[in-house]
Amino acid sequence: MAQPSIVVVGAGPAGVRAAQTLVAAGIRPVVIDEGRRAGGQIYRRQPEGFTRSHEALYGTEAKRARDIHETFDALIPQIDYRPETLVWHISGGHVWTVGADGAHRSVPYDVLILCTGATDRVMPVKGWNHAGTYSLGAAQIALKAQACAIGSKVVFLGSGPLLYLVAQQYVKAGANVAAVLNTAPASARIAALPRLAAQPGALWNGVMLTMALKRAGVAMHHGVTPIEIEGDAQNGVSAVAVRLANGREMRFDCDAVGMGHHLRPETQLADLARCEFAFDPAVRQWLPVRDADGRASVQGVYLGGDGARILGARSAEASGTLAALTALGDFGLPIVAGERQKLRRAIAGYDRFAKGLAQAFPWPVAQAAALPGDAIVCRCESISAGDLRAVVNETGAREANRAKALSRVGMGRCQGRYCGLAAAEVIAAEAGVPIETVGRLRGAAPVKPVAFCTANEPEAPAA
Amino acid sequence: MTAPHQSDVLIIGGGIMGCASAFFLRQRGLSVTLLETDLVGRQASGTNFGNVRRQGRPLYQLPLANRSIAIWRNARELLGSDVEYLQRGHMRVCYRDKPEIAAKMESYALDAGQADLDLEMLSGNTLRSRFPFLGPEVLAASLSAQCGHANPRLTGPAFARAAERLGAVIHENCKAVSAEKDGGDFHVRTADGREFRAPTLLVTAGAWARTFVEGFGETVPLTSRGPNMCVTEPLPYAIGPSIGVATPDTVESVYFRQVERGNLVIGGSMQNQTFPDDYRVYIDPANSLGQWRQMQRLFPAIGRVNIIRTWSGIESYLPDDQPVMGPSGAVSGLFYAFGFCGAGFQLGPGVGETMAELIATGATAIDLSHYRIGRFAQN
Amino acid sequence: MSGRFVRLGETGRAAVSFHVDARPVSALEGDTLMVAMLTSGDRLRQSEFGDGARSGFCLMAACQDCWVWTEEGTKLRACSTPAAEGLRIVTTEPGATWLNHP
Repeated sequence: MAQPSIVVVGAGPAGVRAAQTLVAAGIRPVVIDEGRRAGGQIYRRQPEGFTRSHEALYGTEAKRARDIHETFDALIPQIDYRPETLVWHISGGHVWTVGADGAHRSVPYDVLILCTGATDRVMPVKGWNHAGTYSLGAAQIALKAQACAIGSKVVFLGSGPLLYLVAQQYVKAGANVAAVLNTAPASARIAALPRLAAQPGALWNGVMLTMALKRAGVAMHHGVTPIEIEGDAQNGVSAVAVRLANGREMRFDCDAVGMGHHLRPETQLADLARCEFAFDPAVRQWLPVRDADGRASVQGVYLGGDGARILGARSAEASGTLAALTALGDFGLPIVAGERQKLRRAIAGYDRFAKGLAQAFPWPVAQAAALPGDAIVCRCESISAGDLRAVVNETGAREANRAKALSRVGMGRCQGRYCGLAAAEVIAAEAGVPIETVGRLRGAAPVKPVAFCTANEPEAPAA
Repeated sequence: MTAPHQSDVLIIGGGIMGCASAFFLRQRGLSVTLLETDLVGRQASGTNFGNVRRQGRPLYQLPLANRSIAIWRNARELLGSDVEYLQRGHMRVCYRDKPEIAAKMESYALDAGQADLDLEMLSGNTLRSRFPFLGPEVLAASLSAQCGHANPRLTGPAFARAAERLGAVIHENCKAVSAEKDGGDFHVRTADGREFRAPTLLVTAGAWARTFVEGFGETVPLTSRGPNMCVTEPLPYAIGPSIGVATPDTVESVYFRQVERGNLVIGGSMQNQTFPDDYRVYIDPANSLGQWRQMQRLFPAIGRVNIIRTWSGIESYLPDDQPVMGPSGAVSGLFYAFGFCGAGFQLGPGVGETMAELIATGATAIDLSHYRIGRFAQN
Repeated sequence: MSGRFVRLGETGRAAVSFHVDARPVSALEGDTLMVAMLTSGDRLRQSEFGDGARSGFCLMAACQDCWVWTEEGTKLRACSTPAAEGLRIVTTEPGATWLNHP
């Protein structure tokens, strides 16, 4: 039977397990990884020459991280691995890539498995454009991948499982954490307990984290409303001002802020592959449609991991495996039937936990409407909430792409990764329309910036 | 069942042609209803390169282009919003391997001077000292100091809002699905079940004009293509004129302009396939790569610059590279302005003013003979 | 010179030297360009649109906030580029050098 040519995009937990599953079935997939070393972001590896152990880097997830790394390293001789390679477009049954050598290659596929992972989901705060403001994920990467803290006095602000995790990691590593400010009310977490109980290990970890922070004397507050990240244009961040749950305003001096509200999937490639999207009210995002077996709406395209829906690293391993098994089965290759059933059940459990997380750490919709007019929404283009609202009012724009065309929000280098969700909330609030009618920003190639010179023929023939 | 909406003029198609026509018709006191399938200015009008150039047009088109440029220069006051018109020039260059083009540009410059378009020929050290970034293959250039460029995304909507402030009625997300003449009035039905009537119908439906034209018994061999567009990250502002390669060879026909925010907008080389029935166009990445290679011949230093986005749209074309503009050849009260072959943006305001004049007074000073729909009639 | 980022360990690595704004800067092998710049300074670039200094945001090549200029007019994405000997970075816009033939 003819072997399908399979391309896996992404080498985080989902991509690694997909590749492993394919290799076990006798396939030699192409695995395309933007990073220098496989592992994705959650299991991001430190550069060669760094000395910290997996335990030091990944804590309770050390065993899983090590397994992912070792599994992938062992796979390399059996796959066509392309690190430091960007997939910038998907078209005509090919992925279009730019490699580390700066050269273009288009790679044909019968089967495409997108495991593109996630970024932080961010709600703008006035002053978040000041130097010294980072996402929570960035604060973690600075520590994990570079053994640095983002500042000498750090405030963590936002919600979601990363908030306490990164703060505790910073404290453990010897960084100075001034405060952990959680926008979610304490009551939200209690209400979510039944769903959070779907992953009792993770729930226990969360409790341990808060206890560790308390012991370290880190100031912690729940139900916080951000007012401003104070600072100036040249020196950057100097403090975070918030309103506490009891109504009192408080300022926390700092020179760095890590902010975020959990994660959002990187869906640009699914979009360029012409996959259908649907609005998910639970997370207030447009997500690529994926069936229970990992199929996207386009034949031959499969979606694994957080790149389709945020369910966490463990779920990503399962859904990456499942997507690969489904692809093999769809192509007519033999697979073990019971395996897929087990994986589907596991993913359903992670889904319940993810719903609990969304309940415990809600996306702070009200903050979008409450953004002061001079708060920057689009960092790339320096467009304020006031600018965006003026366009909504003066032009009647109430759809994401129209508002982008007329206000420039989302028109910058990041293609709306960091402003898109908040901008949609600002538009919906100002226009008085339901969030789903605002739609989503249409993807455009290249999904990340590429230079003109990459179009030139490579110096030597491609290997 | 609601009664049909009545106005003096009904316009099908809300691109720059339709919106500008609506604006100028209202200035003349006629009541106007405009029907747009999607959002105004979304298709060709909003996705084109943004050249506001007279240079390079056939000489018989220059009176219309001149009429239009006068409006562009006054656009901000006229429309009450900034469409980012920059009059910093338009320059076309030719490569060393096609020296005959330099001669063609010179000959055109002589003729264009008669039509109020002053062009300056540049070559050698003068060209290099003024535009040192041009690639070594560039032989000569023709510079039109009084041309410029503007922001297509903003222009159609700006005309629409200005028309609405004057009392035009514009229905977006309102697709006209049939048009016929019954007695003195045109009856147009829309997908949402509404009916509109007017004694005058203006079809400015771009790539979608054909069904209406054929419905009235006329012929138009209209096709569509997707422009090949991209934009860079913002760069320090340094380049005033819009610059392009004059060549018969489509592959190497690239052009670019820098906006005041600093981004370079690039267009040209091979165009993309469109699916107008689905309102879709897809960029073939090979076309993008070809354009990026060609840009480095024109402007070598651009090799290091980052492209942050590509896009396309649906532009309509006719085989002789000229639009259909003017009265119907078959039905009285019916008018057309569509099929501008990727060169309509500069003409838009002038087309609107001219169609309004024609509709309101029965005549226009602009010679429309080259644009008659009758030129496609089968005998 | 103190920087924005604080090293918490892994300091036993070979030195890498390069220049930022014509000043010599010392970093460690394995640093990204972003870390190399921010352990000795507090910014990567100026926002093109007047809202001041930027120092990156996501550290994972997603936000595109950390593209820095070299003296000769090229751009490097600091969080995904290794610090290397001989780099000459400027943290303000270089004027028109980007137009020059390579």
